[in-house]
Amino acid sequence: MLELVDLSHTYGSYRAIDRVNLKVAQGEVVCIVGPSGCGKSTLLRSIAGLIKPTGGTVLLDGKPVAGSPENLAVVFQDYSRSLYPWMSALANVGLPLRRRGLDKKRRDAAAMAALEQVGLAGAAAKYPWEMSGGMQQRVSIARALAYQPKLLLMDEPFGSVDAQTREELEDLTLRVCAHHGMTILLITHDVDESVYVGDRVVVLSKAPGTVVGDLPVQLPGPRDQIHTRELEAFVRLRAEVGRLVRGMTPHRNTHGFGVETR
Amino acid sequence: MRRATSGVLRFWIVPVTLVLWELLTRVTESPYFPPPSRIATQFYDMWLSGPASQLLLTESALDTFGPSLGRLLAGWTIAGVLGIALGVALGRIRGLAEYTDPVLQFLRALPPPLLVPIFFVLFKIGTPTQLAVIVFGVIWPVLVNTTDGVRAVDKGFLETARVFQFSRYDILRRVILPSAMPKIFAGLRLSLSLALILMVVSELVGSNSGIGYSLLYAQQSYDYTGVWAHIVLLGVLGLLFNALFLVAEGRVLSWHANARRNV
Repeated sequence: MLELVDLSHTYGSYRAIDRVNLKVAQGEVVCIVGPSGCGKSTLLRSIAGLIKPTGGTVLLDGKPVAGSPENLAVVFQDYSRSLYPWMSALANVGLPLRRRGLDKKRRDAAAMAALEQVGLAGAAAKYPWEMSGGMQQRVSIARALAYQPKLLLMDEPFGSVDAQTREELEDLTLRVCAHHGMTILLITHDVDESVYVGDRVVVLSKAPGTVVGDLPVQLPGPRDQIHTRELEAFVRLRAEVGRLVRGMTPHRNTHGFGVETR
Repeated sequence: MRRATSGVLRFWIVPVTLVLWELLTRVTESPYFPPPSRIATQFYDMWLSGPASQLLLTESALDTFGPSLGRLLAGWTIAGVLGIALGVALGRIRGLAEYTDPVLQFLRALPPPLLVPIFFVLFKIGTPTQLAVIVFGVIWPVLVNTTDGVRAVDKGFLETARVFQFSRYDILRRVILPSAMPKIFAGLRLSLSLALILMVVSELVGSNSGIGYSLLYAQQSYDYTGVWAHIVLLGVLGLLFNALFLVAEGRVLSWHANARRNV
């Protein structure tokens, strides 16, 4: 449903990403992982229409996109700059639905349902500054859920919360998004997280970022923070991704998870 | 502990000043500096000895305060609306501020009282001129602060609005304006105190009603205690407006105060 063709972007003379090619199928959860400064955020911002890439095309359902595409939601890393502090959680979640032509009653109902899914039904009337970081990021996720996008972009969504909250949010994302059948593109610098959350891990090289690895993740579901992470397959895949991220040559593995490099 | 001390200080500073003032003026016996007790008595006789149904205000008080406060609030409101509207335009329309800046800086530098003769020519003598003076004088803090405020909206807030495809109206009404509101309120507060000053100034020239006119009248009748009573009245009004404004601000901007406290 999403296709990037030779997507490139330069800031002045600095090449952030260079001819990135990627296809994402409907319902897939793809994690993009790479070292810091590999243009991960540039890639996501190009897809979200927040910057105009200097080269290449973004195709959504086969159609090239210009500007911010319809049916796309983003969960930003910095929830404090994404949730509006002058609105309650419920109002924050319901706000994007105004564009969907729903009346206030139905907007509130949809927002409430989304908050229930992320376990925040009791905090609907709270303001973002009354909540912990993890709760605020849940509100961001609820906002994306209520919006019912076809494609959900997540930019280091769990980068600003503590480790335990991070695991909770990872599981929440997996559970809720599987339920909605959304296509997700999650950007992270965390190798562990990319393997745990993704159906597929795409590795970007250092700037100028380009795809150096595209690995399917075949782990038995439902995933579990403790058990999944001790599976041999998980450990092996994590090492593989780790090597790619550090720019080492990948092992041609013999254990059934094909490493395709370009 | 420190709060308690500062509370006591605040409480004591007023009576101590009053007593010193009273003693000093009684000793010097200058006709220009009547003791505060006499000022208070005259204040009471002139304005506060009315019936309870009028909140103790006398007819004279209603006749004097009414037109003044009406002008002040009307002028401030017009300046607020115009200032916010123009400020948003200047802050959001690219290039507009740069083009208009020299003109605005020029206009802003003009002392509003000096424009009274021009406003006399432009508008009718009386309330329209006084309103023009107030509006022209107090629009600037609102305008400048609004421009600043709408420019300083966090990029993250705007990107979120873009991604979720908010309408232009929603971006303005639900993202830009609320985000700029703390600055806008700071401008409005400054304008309110300026409006009080300009209200009096505008009534000192070419008016036949209001506090400024009444002040001038007292001065011309050599009623210095009366002049002082007017000065006290203006101080009290300033205090009152500021307090009311802070209450309103506290309600509208409670998110802002709390958000900052929690960071």
